[in-house]
Amino acid sequence: MAGEFGNPEVVQEEVDVLMIGGGMANCGAAYEIMRWAEAAKASTGVDLKIKLVDKAAMDRSGAVAQGLSAINTYIGDTQDPADYARMVSNDLMGITRDDLAYDLGRHVDESVHLFEEWGLPIWKTDENGERHDGAQGMTPLKNGGKPVRSGKWQIMINGESYKWIVAEAAKKALGLDRIQERVFIVKLVNDKNDPSRIAGAVGFSTRDHKLYVFKAKAILLAAGGCVNIFRPRSVGEGTGRAWYPVWNAGSTYSMAAEAGAELTMMENRFVPARFKDGYGPVGAWFLLFKSQATNAFGEAYMTKNKEMLNDYPPYGQAAVPASCLRNHLMLKEMKEGRGPIWMDTVTALGKLKETLTPREVKHLEAEAWEDFLDMCVGQCGIWVGENVEPEKKNSELMPTEPYLLGSHSGCCGIWTSGPDDVGAPTTEEYGDIPAHLPSGWNWGYRGMTTVKGLFTAGDGVGASGHKFSSGSHAEGRLAAKAMVKYCLDNKDFKPELDTTVDDLVNEIYRPVRNYLEFKDYTTAIDVNPNYITPKMLQFRLQKIMDEYVAGVATYYITNEHMLNVASDKLDMLKEDAMKMRAKDLHELLRAWENYHRILTAEAHMRHIMFRQESRYPGFYYRADKNFVDEENWHCFVNSIYDKKTQKWTCFKRKHVDLVDKSKLFKPAAH
Amino acid sequence: MPTYVRTDKCDGCKGQDKTACMYICPHDLMKLDKDGSETGHAMRAFNQEPEQCWECYSCVKICPQQAIECRHYADIVPLGGSVQPLRGSDSIMWTIKFRNGVLKRFKFPIRTTPEGSIDPYGGKPAADMAKIAQTGFFNHMEQNGYRAGNPAELIRK
Repeated sequence: MAGEFGNPEVVQEEVDVLMIGGGMANCGAAYEIMRWAEAAKASTGVDLKIKLVDKAAMDRSGAVAQGLSAINTYIGDTQDPADYARMVSNDLMGITRDDLAYDLGRHVDESVHLFEEWGLPIWKTDENGERHDGAQGMTPLKNGGKPVRSGKWQIMINGESYKWIVAEAAKKALGLDRIQERVFIVKLVNDKNDPSRIAGAVGFSTRDHKLYVFKAKAILLAAGGCVNIFRPRSVGEGTGRAWYPVWNAGSTYSMAAEAGAELTMMENRFVPARFKDGYGPVGAWFLLFKSQATNAFGEAYMTKNKEMLNDYPPYGQAAVPASCLRNHLMLKEMKEGRGPIWMDTVTALGKLKETLTPREVKHLEAEAWEDFLDMCVGQCGIWVGENVEPEKKNSELMPTEPYLLGSHSGCCGIWTSGPDDVGAPTTEEYGDIPAHLPSGWNWGYRGMTTVKGLFTAGDGVGASGHKFSSGSHAEGRLAAKAMVKYCLDNKDFKPELDTTVDDLVNEIYRPVRNYLEFKDYTTAIDVNPNYITPKMLQFRLQKIMDEYVAGVATYYITNEHMLNVASDKLDMLKEDAMKMRAKDLHELLRAWENYHRILTAEAHMRHIMFRQESRYPGFYYRADKNFVDEENWHCFVNSIYDKKTQKWTCFKRKHVDLVDKSKLFKPAAH
Repeated sequence: MPTYVRTDKCDGCKGQDKTACMYICPHDLMKLDKDGSETGHAMRAFNQEPEQCWECYSCVKICPQQAIECRHYADIVPLGGSVQPLRGSDSIMWTIKFRNGVLKRFKFPIRTTPEGSIDPYGGKPAADMAKIAQTGFFNHMEQNGYRAGNPAELIRK
């Protein structure tokens, strides 16, 4: 039966492994899993059925859709995975899982080398120290070629087609019949006989009137981080110019939470300080072109305000202070009226030109533009509109609205099983952890959440961070391998959905039915007492988060009382989310994205409320607890959500160092 | 509008079921107006939600008619500039026009292998089921990229 609007055709499919999302993590998983599935078939006769579902097109989906100008995680042959784990920990104020970071660090270069083999151009340094683009046929990294470092962990690439290349490998590995694009999975379904186990997922096509019900033994949920829960600085057309991709709607966190998965560090956020309005990357400017950031009077705030770092031992004493602390020093200048903040591109390029030949200068100019053109064309749009040539005119910097993510310089996400060979804890010291949750940091399958059969990677894995594109790919591969093992170990398990298909259809198509039932009540399609448009709902969410949960409106400041107000308002917003309308499939996509945003926002707010300190000065401040409290809060804050009562339970898990962090710090000045 | 579609160039991908821009947009923004009822221009695509556009240029780069351009965010950017790519199989050429008329051109490589040429498992070993519970990928060290690390760094092991 062909479906129609409001009455979709229901397509049911049973698979062993379902991969949700087509970004870097699931491209890695797709690549790794087929090889293990082949081996499993050869040795056990079990023929695993595998499917990947993406709400967009894999060639240009996920955070790398536009391209990138650097691979931000490449260990190389002179650094140790432990060095990487230390850096991750320090940038995230000490509360990360060393087991996850270390494991990622030892695996990630295997993926980077594959990218180069597949055709990604990676810049190289020749024996004279001169830089060359990645198409000069120089020695590949795999054989000892020297990358161009734009920082300790980053290497420069010609990355316009980065995602296109990685997706090509993934698509070829899987085969097109295992891929379903333009299907948005909106809900996971637990097993009827075991609520702690995953049994399937449901979603809908954004192209046809079809609703998909999947049963699966194992699911890899890797659908990105969360953008646009806070009111952005630009609220007109510029709303779309989010720093992280605007299509990342918190689907990973909210679907996992509703399925009962334990979340971790959802209080963490990232507030990148970027080129104002276009949010163009600053890394190459700081690290490759050696540019400085100053206040309006030309004073370098990182030098001028460096004493402020001593307020946050030991993190302020690291050679490279945490990202949030760098914001903290910048915000002082802004709040005290010494803005705007400038990136001094003129001086930086001028200095470089002193020692370069005209040919090298031309190359340098191209490099500076490519940095934006590869990954943030919108910033170039601003430069051309405002007549900014970086060698002649400086550009403003500005901290953005907050973002939630687990793969970049943030660490919110899902509590995930790590490797068992790096000395991670196997027991817990704190008593208030709900009894059904695992003890320790590994419970059998790498990448599995606390829900049996539900795996995650990339932005989904919490308490790690700084994995970026390459690390997300590697993390997807780790999860893929573990999923094959899980499926073999559970080969007799037959998933049964805990909800009837009719109920699922009704729930997912509710916004469409709200619309069809009430649309003729008023003469204005968007103004109707019986429903709310996804767009207005998003505005309401953004206003609440911005004004009460430490958005830009309050200079990232909140307190317990403001959070309580937010809590009441979010409760009502959640009720009204049941009245969202969808006048077409496109709006149904927006409706569900915004539902996911609300739950993610709520988790963020609950965690900030629970953590009685300000762990990330510069990202958010609790004015009533405006300090870092190492004694009581050097711990993970985790939570679970009960979808029946709609209540969150937050609790602590003990933090343990698996690598020695003291190597990072110089002694405190006071 | 962020990206916009020129009426004089778009051909609706010649009436195929979906246009290239609809296929590629990561945020489901591009839509084909088959009968002209939404835009007044039948068989032309349009950006149905411009304030959600990331200006990622996926549609601009893929359009076979070069019919899609970008008018940068009007609530931020002064009019008159343009940033327009021409993406080939191994490189991309950018033409950058400033509001004041300054013109720059850049060309960058985008890949070193022919499009569609990736042989994902060519020359790679099969997975060894005996190693499924160990660290390392199926092609462990085939890419010479596994960093075993100094065991002494793991202080709890």
